Amino acid sequence: MRKKLMIVLGAALIAGCGTTGGPEQPGADVEDRSAKRVDGAQVKPVTADDQMGTALAATRQGELAKRSVFFDYDSYVIKDEFKSLVEAHARFLVANPKVKMLIQGNADERGSREYNLALGQKRAEALKKMLTLLGAREEQVEAVSLGEEKPRCSEANEACWSQNRRDDMLYTGEF
Amino acid sequence: MTAFSRAALALVLFALTFAARAQLTIEITGAGANRIPVAIADFAGEPGVARAVAMVVRADLERSGLFRLVEAGTPLAENAAVNFADWKARGADALVVGSVAPAANGRFEVRFRLHDVQKQASLGGLAYLMTAQQGRTTGHRIADYVYEKLLGEPGIFSTRIAYVVKSAGRFELQIADADGMNAQTALASREPIISPAWSPDGSRLAYVSFESKKPVVYVHSLATGKRHVAANFKGSNSAPAWSPDGGKLAVVLTKDGGSQLYSLNADGSGVVRLASSSGIDTEPFFSPDGQFIYFTSDRGGSPQAYRVPASGGAAQRITFEGSYNVTPRLSPDGKSMAFVTRNGGRFQLALMDLATRQTQILTDSDKDESPSFAPNGRMILYASEIGGRGVLAAVSSDGRVKQKLSVQAGDVREPAWGPFLKH
Repeated sequence: MRKKLMIVLGAALIAGCGTTGGPEQPGADVEDRSAKRVDGAQVKPVTADDQMGTALAATRQGELAKRSVFFDYDSYVIKDEFKSLVEAHARFLVANPKVKMLIQGNADERGSREYNLALGQKRAEALKKMLTLLGAREEQVEAVSLGEEKPRCSEANEACWSQNRRDDMLYTGEF
Repeated sequence: MTAFSRAALALVLFALTFAARAQLTIEITGAGANRIPVAIADFAGEPGVARAVAMVVRADLERSGLFRLVEAGTPLAENAAVNFADWKARGADALVVGSVAPAANGRFEVRFRLHDVQKQASLGGLAYLMTAQQGRTTGHRIADYVYEKLLGEPGIFSTRIAYVVKSAGRFELQIADADGMNAQTALASREPIISPAWSPDGSRLAYVSFESKKPVVYVHSLATGKRHVAANFKGSNSAPAWSPDGGKLAVVLTKDGGSQLYSLNADGSGVVRLASSSGIDTEPFFSPDGQFIYFTSDRGGSPQAYRVPASGGAAQRITFEGSYNVTPRLSPDGKSMAFVTRNGGRFQLALMDLATRQTQILTDSDKDESPSFAPNGRMILYASEIGGRGVLAAVSSDGRVKQKLSVQAGDVREPAWGPFLKH
């Protein structure tokens, strides 16, 4: 449910504000804040999971809350308008090496389901390649495809298909 | 139990098995040019059971589009004297007569005989011992017998089909008889299920399920409901195809980057790469002799059908016309290849004669997908769309006979026609 909401929010942000997002909130800052909460004689126990949770909270705000990259027909090229978004996610992955990302590639409905699965895979791998070139570790990111099976929009027209030709980025706990 | 109450019980049991549990209805939308006129008399004996068995035989033969039913009138037992001149006058080339008699333990003995009216000769007959619930099965077997005797090729009325129904955000992998009846759900999921593939012995299905947020290949034993993961590597796992001996699966994995062909044992062990390309290789399908794997690849710039030796090796391109030819599926005799071609923005089912490379477009629809041959090669089952809703359709390999299979409240897609069952 939360994932769905975020994806919808992400889409709304992209549709509404174009390419620029709010001020970035790198994950490292968030981790620092939790470390500073030690005061006086009181020691608040912090588990690794909590640190992960705190880090992941950053992915639900600002630029990092945008999780989708859209593609042209029959294309796997990450368009310029999504480069700053991909860079923000790459920075977050570099700063939080324990966090993992699942990229789900998608395709529009036209043609064979299995071939569309392969097209979605190409899109997911294109995004993964860009993230790893920007410093994310290979093991940190898994590229998979949902093909035409999970359309965001289900009408048979270009406006709708363009929303289905996309990659969605999911972080640890969301998949 | 008196004879009367036994017959009444049989009738009730039949009514129950006949209740349309499946809701997969088949409509004939085209028929063969020269349909054989055949009369199926009501069988003599236990009235309810006898009538029901004869009904199944009639429906099967008529649905094939290759027979025309001739009105048969009163019940005739298999040993009754046949007035051939009379049947000839009614226009029947063949006549089926039979009987149903009570047997031990509440079972029934069904006997039938097929007559060639022109030659005024018996073409043979059989006897089956069955329970009241097996009336449909027996009817399908009789229809298979009649079909084979009159057409010289095995009938497919006793086979089963698999398909996926999507309704209200739920996906069900269902198995039904070839006539759409007796649908049973093998797997229900909130996530998509695609690419079901029958094991050659008909006992298992391989398929792709997205239940773990990514495509994973499973092998599922239908009788026990037990299933196991056959391929779950990093990345996507999809497009399972059985080798003809049932020992291996060809699959598409992306673990080494890109969608590429691999082979593995049905238990998931022994992964071997089959081909290499910088593009997409997918939709593998074994030739019936097991020598080649046909597949879709965009290595030449657009998706086309190719084949490689099943043991691996150099790929050979099969389709050249057009810019989108996908899902190559060989006929059971290995002589022709069904595939989906994009034809002016419409996705249609095509058939290529592999010896001459001549191609014929078999359908006139827009969104045809996932062709699957009947095990006798006569019909090709495929997915299509009517009014925005997924339906299944079947077309004969000569393009003449056409059927539409639909469910009332849902999308049907991803059909796979099962193999002949040994019995």
